[in-house]
Amino acid sequence: MTVKSLLLGAAAAVAFAPGAMAERGADGEVKILYWQAPSILNPFLSGGTKDVESASLIVEPLARYNEKGELVPWLVEEIPTVANGGVSEDLTTITWKIMPGLKWSDGTDFTSEDVKFSWEYCTHPEGGCAQSTKFEGVGSVDTPDPLTVVVNFDGPTPFPYGPFVGGESPIIQKAQFADCMGARAPECTDQNFGPIGTGPFVVTEFRPNDVITLVANDYYRDPAKPAFGEVTFKGGGDAAAAGRAVMETGEFDYAWNLQLAPDVISQMEQGGKGVPVVAFGPLLERIHLNHTNPDPALGPDERSVVRPHPFLQEPAVYQAMKMAIDQPLLVEVGYGQAGRVTCNWVPAPDAFNSDSMSCDTQDIAGANKLLDDAGFVDSDGDGVREANGVPMRISFQTSTNAVRQDFQALIKQWWSEIGIDAELRNINASVFFGGDPGSPDTFQKFYADVEMYANTFNGTDPQSYLGNGLCDKAPSPANQWQGENVSRFCMEEYDALHAQLRSTADMAERARIGRELNDMFVMNGGMIPLVQRGRLSARATTLGGVVLNVWDSELWNVADWYRMDE
Amino acid sequence: MLTFTIRRLTLAVPTLLFISLVIFLLLELAPGDPMAQMPLTIPPEVREQMRVALGLDQPWPVRFWKWCVQFFWIEPQVLIDHIFGTSFSAGDPRVVSWQTRSPVMDTVIQRMPQTLWVVGVAYVVGILIAIPIGIYSAYRQYSIFDQAGTFVTMVGYSVPPFFTGPLVIMIFAVQMGWFPSLYDTTHKVVDWASFKEQLHQMFLPVMVLATQITAQISRFMRAAMLDNLHQDYVRTARAKGLGETMVVMVHVVRNSMIPVVTVIALGVPSIFGGAIITEQVFKVNGIGQLLITAIQANDLPMVQTLTFIFAVLIVLFNLIADVLYGLLDPRIRYD
Amino acid sequence: MTDKAPAAPLNAGALPDPMPTRPPRSQWQDVWRQFRSHKGAMAGLALFVFIVLGVAIGPWIWSASPTDIPPVVDMIKNRDMRPIYTLLWDSGAKTSWAHPLGTDNLARDNLARLMFGGRVSIAVGLTAMALSILLGTLIGVMAGYVKKLDGPLMRLTDLFLALPLLPLILVASLMFREALAATFGPEGGVFILVVALIGITSWMQTARIVRGDVLALKEREFILAAQSIGTSPRNLILRHLLPNVVSPIMVSATLGIAIAIITESSLSFLGFGFPPDFPTWGRLLNDSVDRMTLYPERVIWPGMLISLTVLSVNYLGDGLRDALDPRIRGR
Repeated sequence: MTVKSLLLGAAAAVAFAPGAMAERGADGEVKILYWQAPSILNPFLSGGTKDVESASLIVEPLARYNEKGELVPWLVEEIPTVANGGVSEDLTTITWKIMPGLKWSDGTDFTSEDVKFSWEYCTHPEGGCAQSTKFEGVGSVDTPDPLTVVVNFDGPTPFPYGPFVGGESPIIQKAQFADCMGARAPECTDQNFGPIGTGPFVVTEFRPNDVITLVANDYYRDPAKPAFGEVTFKGGGDAAAAGRAVMETGEFDYAWNLQLAPDVISQMEQGGKGVPVVAFGPLLERIHLNHTNPDPALGPDERSVVRPHPFLQEPAVYQAMKMAIDQPLLVEVGYGQAGRVTCNWVPAPDAFNSDSMSCDTQDIAGANKLLDDAGFVDSDGDGVREANGVPMRISFQTSTNAVRQDFQALIKQWWSEIGIDAELRNINASVFFGGDPGSPDTFQKFYADVEMYANTFNGTDPQSYLGNGLCDKAPSPANQWQGENVSRFCMEEYDALHAQLRSTADMAERARIGRELNDMFVMNGGMIPLVQRGRLSARATTLGGVVLNVWDSELWNVADWYRMDE
Repeated sequence: MLTFTIRRLTLAVPTLLFISLVIFLLLELAPGDPMAQMPLTIPPEVREQMRVALGLDQPWPVRFWKWCVQFFWIEPQVLIDHIFGTSFSAGDPRVVSWQTRSPVMDTVIQRMPQTLWVVGVAYVVGILIAIPIGIYSAYRQYSIFDQAGTFVTMVGYSVPPFFTGPLVIMIFAVQMGWFPSLYDTTHKVVDWASFKEQLHQMFLPVMVLATQITAQISRFMRAAMLDNLHQDYVRTARAKGLGETMVVMVHVVRNSMIPVVTVIALGVPSIFGGAIITEQVFKVNGIGQLLITAIQANDLPMVQTLTFIFAVLIVLFNLIADVLYGLLDPRIRYD
Repeated sequence: MTDKAPAAPLNAGALPDPMPTRPPRSQWQDVWRQFRSHKGAMAGLALFVFIVLGVAIGPWIWSASPTDIPPVVDMIKNRDMRPIYTLLWDSGAKTSWAHPLGTDNLARDNLARLMFGGRVSIAVGLTAMALSILLGTLIGVMAGYVKKLDGPLMRLTDLFLALPLLPLILVASLMFREALAATFGPEGGVFILVVALIGITSWMQTARIVRGDVLALKEREFILAAQSIGTSPRNLILRHLLPNVVSPIMVSATLGIAIAIITESSLSFLGFGFPPDFPTWGRLLNDSVDRMTLYPERVIWPGMLISLTVLSVNYLGDGLRDALDPRIRGR
């Protein structure tokens, strides 16, 4: 390994002018490290980020989001809009024009049939496709000629860029996957481990949960790209070791998603072999407040189902709880340069980021006064206030994770200063996020008063994400505890405004409604936003062309990566 | 002894079937879900469809029966097909992992070399170091060598590998730059140079693992030796004029091996089980890493198959240990 | 009879001792006398008592809180303090006499956390070890001695060896945590759960070893002799078999403490153990590994304390083994 890196170093020293008209494969090998190892290269069979991103080296969608969250044409000539006639006036069809001369990595032509097949493959009822929401509302896909794809929606769709857009919805080859439809999908190991794609690289060997080796695609559309002839994509281990391998020992060129404490990152950076890169998306660490009563004394059909919570819906209570939290400190302790203070549920994209609230100062005295004024005082002298005759003792749960446990300890301390006593619990992540209706410890069941975790949405349109505040999305025994409205927030005005969003096409108006929904949810005690979390990855100092993108696969522009001089 | 072995082997079949059922029920009861690692952006309806596609909608007895058929009937056929080029198993469903949607056994076979190289070598190295240390420490009880040996092995044993792993990486890979901090699983040994390269890259993980194994086995060896050194038969052997080497190395060591053999035999299946933490720290990606990722992803077919293979090895090596008792101590009779 | 039965003369009573020259001493006095003469064991005992007292009484003397975080301003000022001895080589280090071993990244006092964490670790280590030794010895002796039980008990051992630990823990905490928490309080409940789980998943090796030894001992002449004079099975096991298997048990016990302390830390780390704001040595060590170049003291102290505890128990075990072995005691 040392010999190899020496050779690579020598190759870099010979020096190509960075970004100049390089030759395909001239820069040798690039080594990418994901501490979560990919298990399959078919993104339709796995929703895991690691699988989607590793597959994005090979298979590509028609259009992608760039690092600013804007749509860019990828395998098509332009982005269809109402203005250029690509989207019909009644918002029910979208027409994509495929780039002519496009070839699969086996040399065959890329046609509209392949695009149509990808839709059929993912919507097959027995296939269990992880990305089927991308095709929600699609009635049919027509292929009038080999370079034209027409997607027909069942009704007016103000945002028609779901199907075939972004890393989660790539195009797979019909010839390769034709026999792998529906229930037969899992039998096609060779296909799932080595899909034929249009991307810059082709799989030579795939070892599930371990390592992928790839070489440059001979039929890639740009003859000068990719600059790297080979890719080694290693998986496994932990974030600390991954960061070390890039920034301290220089054994790898790129390490994905380093969720490490800020002081650890800055210490690794002193190794001098690599630098962190950061970008921000809508990923938000938040505390959800339970709007139902989680009292263990209630029966299984009532616990966390019956409203209201004994005191958490009192405006003075949730506002005081929010005021007691020092958000800038949380950012500093937990995320450093990979975190930002935010007051919003939807902190990105910018158009949807509301500016009507401020939350960057802690105010313990103000919070205490607010509670005193509302009459919630400590009447029995045990240091805990009473509200409506109930002492304000709350249980606070989250998943097991070092940063979350630090946050829990800090927040518990702050809440104790305003007379609210929190009992902390942490639950193994696979149980907490597991959604098993038989387990009492899932985040959906919410058998606690408050809980903390992070969530985000794909793409740039938060319509369905904002739908997580609708009354009928609350988890309950009736829907096997499956529902995304974890707070059990319920407000008629909110539901009405969301219905209005669903029928609005104008982007500016959609953004305005989105911001209003955001404010309504946060101000009425649905959640306490804590930190807008960025994606922090590390690249070697000699690796050029990296543009971190949180709106699509992180490896979206791997074809443009190159080796540069130190 | 032969009848004993045969009887035990036949008894092993129902035992193993029972163990497989218990493991299955345990995994079934455990909370968790194969969809837990999926991003929260995938809605519940889609998750439900994915579960159905994995066959999770069927009741557990059906799934257990399917696993048994696949594992005990179809997988052996696949093996026969592989060896003789026949096609008994064509088209039959094999045990398929939920994470990778590929046959579990293929992945297991792919992982074996890494685990055998690293954990297996560490085991052998550990035993080879431990037994002389144990013998000498006991023979010269409370000498400087014994005290130092005790101290070093106990410290080595009581410091967990999640600490020693990063520590040796910090010292030997980051500061000194002598060894790679990650293990390259694609490295193939074809000639002397690549063999040296292999030794080079496995040095650190083997070191961390061998420390633990040495500590454990040398403690047992020392204790067993001490027990035997003061027995009357040792005095008798010396009295009749046997050389000291003969007394210690043949009589005492042979009799001291009984508990040590148990420990060594019980440890062999754990080679297969891999070393979860060490494999993870050095990215060896062997069986241990496979098992822990499968557990985290709730990949039940994978966990079930791995733990069952593990159980088979345990039963087998316990039998071997029992047979070895008989060989080491002819007085032990099983019938 | 070439192999003299060690305890048989005491027991036989057939030949009365003619005239005692000294006042009779109980067996336990003898054991203690032998134990005291073992320097390593006495050092081990002293160290162990010191550590136990340190963690048990220490928090009464050193009153800093291991879990409370000071208000924001103080927190920023007091976090990431270095131990006071850092001043010896780095006069610019951020230290304070109020925190002799420094503070962690949330300004909690390291010394207080070490003492508090030691309570849990030592309690878990000792209890889980005791449970696993008890189970292991019981099952090992039964299997080795009673022929009929050998098969079933050894198959049971195989079963437990084969069970994957993590799913087992998940199931156990799912089924028993709420019930235990209701009876013993959240921390007491978790303690019982953790101890029980470590205990019942670590007795197998001891059982196999003890059984192997018992199988061999059973064929020895002194057992035959004891049987022939009509010793009851109970006495045979307690007086003749057990003292002879003490040494592998002692080794298992020593290693068992280390295993229990480390297993507990992995459990906490995986989220099945104690509540997150509840420090233990293993957890302190685990949490600080990423920062070991910046703050080496945070890994060295808990690591050293675990090692010292294990080491002291090891020497203690050595001494006990010698003291309990009648052949050595006689010398």
